Amino acid sequence: MDLAHSPADEAFRAEARAWLDAHVPRVALPSLETEEGFAAHRAWEAELAADRWSVVSWPAAYGGRDADIVRWLVFEEEYYAAGAPGRVSQNGISLLAPTLFEHGTLEQRARVLPSMASGEVIWAQAWSEPEAGSDLASLTSRAVRTDGGWLLSGQKTWSSRAAFADRAFGLFRSEPDTPKPHQGLTYLMFDLRAPGVTVRPIGRLDGKPAFAELFLDDVFVQDEDVIGEPSRGWRVAMSTAGNERGLTLRSPGRFLASADRLVDLWRSRADPADTALRDRVADAVIGARAYQLFTYANASRFLDGESIGAEASLNKVFWSEYDIALHETALDLLGPEGELADTDWSEGYVFSLAGPLYAGTNEIQRDIIAERLLGLPKGRR
Amino acid sequence: MRFLLDTEQRAFAASLDAMLTSADTPSVVRAWATGDHAPGRALWSRLAGAGVFALAVPGAYDGVGPLPVELAVAFVELGRHGVPGPLVETVAAAALLSGLDESGPAKRLLPSLASGETMATVALPGGGTYVLDGDVADVHLTVRAATSATAGLHLTPTPVGASSAPRASLDPARRLVLPHSGGELLAAGPHVARAAAHALIWARLATAAQALGVGLALLDRTVGYVKQRRQFGVPVGSFQAVKHRLADALIGLEFARPLLFGAALSMAPAHVAAAKVAACEAAYVAARTALQLHGAVGYTDEYDLSLWLTKARALRAAWGTPAACRAEVLCG
Ligand SMILES: Cc1cc2nc3c(=O)[nH]c(=O)nc-3n(C[C@H](O)[C@H](O)[C@H](O)COP(=O)(O)OP(=O)(O)OC[C@H]3O[C@@H](n4cnc5c(N)ncnc54)[C@H](O)[C@@H]3O)c2cc1C
Repeated sequence: MDLAHSPADEAFRAEARAWLDAHVPRVALPSLETEEGFAAHRAWEAELAADRWSVVSWPAAYGGRDADIVRWLVFEEEYYAAGAPGRVSQNGISLLAPTLFEHGTLEQRARVLPSMASGEVIWAQAWSEPEAGSDLASLTSRAVRTDGGWLLSGQKTWSSRAAFADRAFGLFRSEPDTPKPHQGLTYLMFDLRAPGVTVRPIGRLDGKPAFAELFLDDVFVQDEDVIGEPSRGWRVAMSTAGNERGLTLRSPGRFLASADRLVDLWRSRADPADTALRDRVADAVIGARAYQLFTYANASRFLDGESIGAEASLNKVFWSEYDIALHETALDLLGPEGELADTDWSEGYVFSLAGPLYAGTNEIQRDIIAERLLGLPKGRR
Repeated sequence: MRFLLDTEQRAFAASLDAMLTSADTPSVVRAWATGDHAPGRALWSRLAGAGVFALAVPGAYDGVGPLPVELAVAFVELGRHGVPGPLVETVAAAALLSGLDESGPAKRLLPSLASGETMATVALPGGGTYVLDGDVADVHLTVRAATSATAGLHLTPTPVGASSAPRASLDPARRLVLPHSGGELLAAGPHVARAAAHALIWARLATAAQALGVGLALLDRTVGYVKQRRQFGVPVGSFQAVKHRLADALIGLEFARPLLFGAALSMAPAHVAAAKVAACEAAYVAARTALQLHGAVGYTDEYDLSLWLTKARALRAAWGTPAACRAEVLCG
């Protein structure tokens, strides 16, 4: 039982803090869900990458610092404490990159990763379809063999940041008549500006085009852009959602920073007689610390060589519900001003509301927890 | 950084678990509730033999402590098995006496607390209105403080002249009396107030651990029950509404656990208060879930589940209400 970081990790923290102090923009960037904000965030990724801070956990060869999971957590704590901007490259960094490290070829890594680390190419995830949400394996978009590659057709939806992104990765049905729906799927990367692709931005609750639907009409993709073996895409996709993602999809650093800001807000404007609100602020502090320590415990197990399987679902439900409660508390503290759009808190609130939906809805996560962690019998799906 | 219990700490938990499983604690609890303390005292000696009460006692007074992480490990097991008696209070008494910076009272009382010969109960500022098992404990310590400069530590042997008629708790195995108003003055001055504040932290840590154990036991029993209870031709545990409540109960407990051990490492008042809120809240959610999913059988006193159900409620307010602990979190 030890929470103290090694001197080397503390030195890394100090280095990160000093860099962030000198570089984090003094004035917040515009929302990354707008065209202008997207460009500004892309420039920020380039600035991070120039000094190798954009992907600290990657090997140095691809622009990283070979940081282990604990060092990554330390970096994230510093990053959010410094009030640094949200990460526009997140889908690529947290989903596609781990997939390539596990299943990609050396050629694919060399081609894809450096431009991802620098923000030059921003990736969107094209998994969901209008008729395939929680039941992702029921997807129907097709990949049909052609000379030297594949032709993609069909419709993808809810693709985050696809309104302004450059490329996308997703699953396509390459064998129409398999006995089980998750067989015969191929995992491919494609260009969002290729002929045959139509991107229609979709406004989220506040109208900002945070996601988009994609219409694909015989979009050509070369063989080099298949990840793993053709028709074995399900396994590749599921491993993306596996071990490390349970730890790294949402870092505790961002919630610790938000809880600190919430306490500042409470001290500056709370009515001391409102103990109900005080209790909710305390719960936000308790929750951030719980999430941090839970993650450190899992990171310790990970470094011991244990795998973090279904426990990732505990994480997912916890942070997504925590995030909403924290933002609701902030809006309540703000009183009538909590209604104003385009403040940091209201932007965070709108973002938090989607947490229980994406990355596997919380209902699906609770099923996983009950069946795989508690051993309850499978019910009807 | 390696935030995991080590092999020895896990072995300690496993050995306590094995000992308590064989001790048939439900019958010990039921005896305790009816005023037959003999089985409870026998179990107490065995716990002392395993070193449980020595953990909060420094080596100079025949203890092995202070070892807050091991104490938390032990109290999770005590909670899981529903062990009755002034367990937290005995630990708080040990922390109080060893925190005094004067050795007289510590020398006199600590060795017998560590060895399990003496059961203590204690009243501290910030601790609550009643003291637990004041009619059974061998010594009754009270810290009274108008101001911290005038704080005084008083000792009364019990049960001789127990301070008030015991009142029943929602948990039949807990009996509550008012703190003594007299007694022998053992120490006085600001250092007593400091020692009392230190003891309160130990009491809250032990309560949080005990509550976590209570919650884990409730969840465990409920998972077992819903797997075998069948309705509509299938186990009730295959229904999604049932699964989701249990998943939520597990989430609460699994996020309280790191708070508990993080608090044991730092012993910072705000961290311990956070652990107390989270563990008691999670245990209470587990209790509500356990009762609902057991159906009517869970609502009977003859079914053993009741022993944990009522304790989960009682521990919420023991050694600091949720509101008091939340206020402490924001002081830190
Ligand atoms: C902000 C945001 C960003 C997103 N970004 C992306 C992205 O970048 N790429 C991408 O591919 N997708 C993305 N998604 C889509 C997301 O993955 C889906 O919303 C999610 O998988 C749920 O699918 P659905 O919305 O179709 O809901 P449905 O699956 O239709 O579910 C509707 C409701 O029914 C419940 N339900 C469904 N099945 C069950 C069951 N078996 N048991 C219990 N309840 C059930 C669900 O939990 C939900 O409450 C995003 C979504 C949001 C909100």
